[in-house]
Amino acid sequence: MSDLTITALRFGFLLLLWVLIFSIVSAMRRDLMVGRKAAAGAPTARQVRRNPELAEPLQQPVKQQARQLVVVEGPLKGKTLPLAASPILLGRAQEATLVLEDDYASGRHARLFPQGSRWFIEDLGSTNGTYLGDQQLTRALPVEPGVPVRIGKTVIELRP
Amino acid sequence: MSQVNTAPKPRRNVELLLLLLALTVGIGANMLVGVDQQKAFDSDFWFQSSLLAAASLAFHGVLRFRAKYADPVILPLVVALNGLGLAMIHRLDPPGGDTGNNQLRWTLIAMAVAIAVIWFLKDHRVLRRFTFISLAASAVLLVLPLIPGISAGEILGARVWIRIGPMTFQPGEIAKITLAIFFAGYLSSNRDLILLAGRKVGPLQFPRFKDLGPMIAAWLVSIGVLVFQSDLGSSVLFFGLFIVMIYVATSRISWVVIGMALFLGGGLIASQVFSHVGLRIDGWLNAFTDEVYGRQYGGSFQIVEGLFGMANGGLVGTGLGQGRPDLVPFANSDMIIASLGEELGLIGLFAVVLMYLLLFTRGFRAALGTRDAFGKLLACGLSFAVALQCFVVIGGVTRLIPLTGLTTPFLAAGGSSLLANWIIVGLLLMISHTARGPVDTTPLPPSAGSESTGIDTPTEAVKHA
Repeated sequence: MSDLTITALRFGFLLLLWVLIFSIVSAMRRDLMVGRKAAAGAPTARQVRRNPELAEPLQQPVKQQARQLVVVEGPLKGKTLPLAASPILLGRAQEATLVLEDDYASGRHARLFPQGSRWFIEDLGSTNGTYLGDQQLTRALPVEPGVPVRIGKTVIELRP
Repeated sequence: MSQVNTAPKPRRNVELLLLLLALTVGIGANMLVGVDQQKAFDSDFWFQSSLLAAASLAFHGVLRFRAKYADPVILPLVVALNGLGLAMIHRLDPPGGDTGNNQLRWTLIAMAVAIAVIWFLKDHRVLRRFTFISLAASAVLLVLPLIPGISAGEILGARVWIRIGPMTFQPGEIAKITLAIFFAGYLSSNRDLILLAGRKVGPLQFPRFKDLGPMIAAWLVSIGVLVFQSDLGSSVLFFGLFIVMIYVATSRISWVVIGMALFLGGGLIASQVFSHVGLRIDGWLNAFTDEVYGRQYGGSFQIVEGLFGMANGGLVGTGLGQGRPDLVPFANSDMIIASLGEELGLIGLFAVVLMYLLLFTRGFRAALGTRDAFGKLLACGLSFAVALQCFVVIGGVTRLIPLTGLTTPFLAAGGSSLLANWIIVGLLLMISHTARGPVDTTPLPPSAGSESTGIDTPTEAVKHA
């Protein structure tokens, strides 16, 4: 092979190495956004087309959207968690979204999930039950911002 | 320990694209090394390229099937590194040499084992049950090379090899995984005790001795055996792993302070007591003096030849297959970074270092994303082990720190190291799968697995009056 080809291949290979690196970095770019935008997880147009309930209602100035979950009582008092578009598992299990360090909570105690513009809470068959206000949950109920939800010794609230 | 939420997306097609690019790098390198020596498309080339491609695509297929949400860039990075290593080892093979094909054999074995880990383990949390078994396994693995009969004796001044049939194996490489599992399991259950109980001395808080018993035992086992095996590199690796995992678990800076003090003290003592450690430090500080350079045993010949090679390569390198990296002793294992530096130049070497950096950040990303403390610690520990290995090797070759005998992950010739590092990749992929996957919010089935029975029911029940 001629010298020219070999030189071209040599520099071509260095270029290829960096092309690989830049492709990897650009594939990671989406993941690197750790801030508010990624956490809020606004659904893409494609996701909305597939599951219409993800579409956020455009005009709802009256009702305030819950944006975060706040622990107001219990061992984790003061902890906040931003609410994304994905459901939240509450319990003592390590895989829960909010791991409750509460001796009165079950492993998978309850879940919070968004539906339309509202968040619902559902008890997952816990031993000590989940209370919305002072009413024990028997089925999934909508949670309005500011209404206390009690799980064991922990009380959480949704805040706008 | 914080966590990060992103909407779950498998992204396996991105992985496939990147994997094809990575295979182009590996196979292209393998082609280029022979292009000037009229062996560009010989049978070895076709054999190695097709097997590497088939194995990588099979791995990708398994991920599609078993760990759909695993990190999409880990596999391409590792395949690119492994392919570069294979090409360089193939290039350095003397005529009739078999190191290249041997390395390929081990690559395939290692990938098969990593696939098996992903296929059968399914969930990394299962490993938590083996906390103390891992400690015992680490101890056994580290003592194996000292037992007459299976020991392969002293090779190149270190007793770290065992003989299985015709092959030799370095059990210490696997021990770094089992030790990481032990540290992660122990620290994730005893974190609070270590953190809260204890005496405060000035700004630093020291834990109670009894909470640390098993940790000290683990540390003594690894360090003690390594003193007898005279393998400096692994002892640095185990010690670093120990310090980092305990620091990550407790976020107390006192551990790093204690660790650095112990490390410096130990290093000073070792350099006085063990002649080979003293020689290494001498060969590092006075590498360019005639006396040290020409010393028969433990001199700086290897390091300095490596530096000459990299200097010869310069910014853009001599081109694959066109330098003389074979002049350096162990050019295909300990000094493979110098060989790559000579033929790919600074630009190529930076690309390689960046690949390691990206791999390390993906490991930490998996640790940030996963929700269980054990998984966080394990991912941190494993990715840190890879990073520390890179630092020790590349730092040694470039004379930043004394040269010690550790292997460059995925690049260097050596089966045990490949196997261990591919298992680490399998575990990281599995942890990233749980980290990036959707949260399972369904109630537990009534007959829950034995693992979760302990945690599922509350320890206290409300009394209904």
